[in-house]
Amino acid sequence: MNALLLLEQGLNGLQFGLMLFLLAAGLTLVFGIMDMVNLAHGSLYMIGAYLMATFAQATGSFWIALPLAMVATAVIGMALESGLLRKLYERDHLSQVLATFALILIANDLVRMIWGPQALLLDAPQALAGTIEIIPGAPYPAFRAFIIGVGLAVAAALYWMIVHTRVGALVRAGASNREMALSLGVNVKRLFTLVFGLGAALCALAGAMLGPLLAVQIGMGESILIQAFVVVVIGGIGSIRGALVGALLVGMVDTTGRAFLPILLRGFLPNNIADALGPTLAAMAVYILMAAVLYWKPTGLFPARG
Amino acid sequence: MRLRASQLVLALVLVAAIAFPFAAHALGWDYYVGVMTRVMIYALAATSLNLVLGYGGMISFGHAAFFGVGAYAVAILAQEGVTSAWAAWPIAVAAGAAFALVIGAISLRTRGLYFIMITLAFAQMLYYFFISLKAYGGEDGINLAARSRLPGLDLRDETTFYLLVLALLGGCLYLLGRLAASRFGAVLRGIRENEARMTALGYPTYRYRLVCFTVAGGAAGLAGALIVNQHGFVSPGLLDWTQSGTLLIMLILGGVGWLYGGVAGAAAMLLLEEVLSYWTGYWKLGLGLVLLFVVLRAPGGVGSWFAQGNARG
Repeated sequence: MNALLLLEQGLNGLQFGLMLFLLAAGLTLVFGIMDMVNLAHGSLYMIGAYLMATFAQATGSFWIALPLAMVATAVIGMALESGLLRKLYERDHLSQVLATFALILIANDLVRMIWGPQALLLDAPQALAGTIEIIPGAPYPAFRAFIIGVGLAVAAALYWMIVHTRVGALVRAGASNREMALSLGVNVKRLFTLVFGLGAALCALAGAMLGPLLAVQIGMGESILIQAFVVVVIGGIGSIRGALVGALLVGMVDTTGRAFLPILLRGFLPNNIADALGPTLAAMAVYILMAAVLYWKPTGLFPARG
Repeated sequence: MRLRASQLVLALVLVAAIAFPFAAHALGWDYYVGVMTRVMIYALAATSLNLVLGYGGMISFGHAAFFGVGAYAVAILAQEGVTSAWAAWPIAVAAGAAFALVIGAISLRTRGLYFIMITLAFAQMLYYFFISLKAYGGEDGINLAARSRLPGLDLRDETTFYLLVLALLGGCLYLLGRLAASRFGAVLRGIRENEARMTALGYPTYRYRLVCFTVAGGAAGLAGALIVNQHGFVSPGLLDWTQSGTLLIMLILGGVGWLYGGVAGAAAMLLLEEVLSYWTGYWKLGLGLVLLFVVLRAPGGVGSWFAQGNARG
């Protein structure tokens, strides 16, 4: 094990964590402000990635396709919110689980109908195809470095929005005490639709960034949705700061666990046992982390409700 | 003695269920005996979730874990040479209950959304555990060479297996009904409605909820033992979170807290799947639309159209 490998895996963890943050940010706000379990968040991520791949192919440019995909996904998200999900806010969590699970089934089959069952190709932009050297002698893929930059920029922008703007104040008010915000005259209908659209746009952004690394295919939303939920719960439902900390924790633990746990275990276990146990523990690590956090802090690291 | 209408319906359903495999065999519809067996096994799994959710008020999003653990217990024992149902099935039940005890003991410290998510996390842990269990098939799962052996019964015969599953489902429903009507069930309902008050009355609510969770885990383990016998195969996919979601949806579809909610929901969902997939390759789209309709128009589940006795009603 050397320092370069450690650095590279650390950067990969940071990159994955920041992408999880893009998904978890929208999820935690919907969760926290509207008190709504939205399992269909992963479907918006899938739809965003499919739209991105389609626009990129049609226009021939990653950079033109990106804003188009984000806007289109935001519109779909807002239409979904005002047409259907709005009816579910007053219902119990069980009804929300059922309805949004139904949306997953519908979205998967609709995507299969429109784009067919095979995975789509989404290439990283030409300009970012090579590698860069953040530290001399350690080449790192330029596109992954770009993803880290985008993630950090979005995190900073969201933080500024939440802390320093009027919309952000309303969002915080809604997350910490919804009834109070309502009775103080906040136009929650518009706020909810806006937040939902923002979350959908971030989903599309994550889909566009991860599309070239992972595959753009049906069901891509399901596995990452669960990880985004883990992030939200670790961070504390409704808290953007918690989502960022949780996402970085989960990204780091997942990536470095897969890379180093088998090597680490070989230090004090026979090789054959270490090789069997390492990947198992690495795959379970994120969930062990979440169970541990909830055991000691049953409402997450940064509870939004006072 | 006067029979109430609901008892009459129940007796008719029971007679029809017993007669079904013989009628199907006579008509050459043997395929549907297998379909109905699968429906009843899922009904048992959904009914065990009903104990947790409907009576205990705990939204567990990881119930497929106990279902899968039961299935794996039977498959692993078979690979190690234990093929007797008398040995393997009780072990499957015990395994489901043991995992539920440990997972419940930790999860029940949390409430609401956090409980949903922590049960999900534990189920995912087990999912990845079985994926990396290379000795027993890993990601590909393992085959069961033959159905479990039960002296005096030939479980390879579809009709025999069907009737055994029917008897086990009936037995579990009877026990659940007795449990719900007992003092234990009353305390459980009290906790569901107002836990603080039950605590103030001096009931150890945590222990009651944990016992409920554990018993349900054991029943799910039994359903798992049956499903692996039915399919002759088990893979980590049986523990995937979408399976837990499917069980939840069956129950919600059928009616949470109604004794027969699990049965009604499993039958409605699997038969709908069977019918839709016959007509179109996009059957999930149809299923999704039906689910949406149910949640918007019939919040109490399919059962609420038939039954007055819906506890949530």
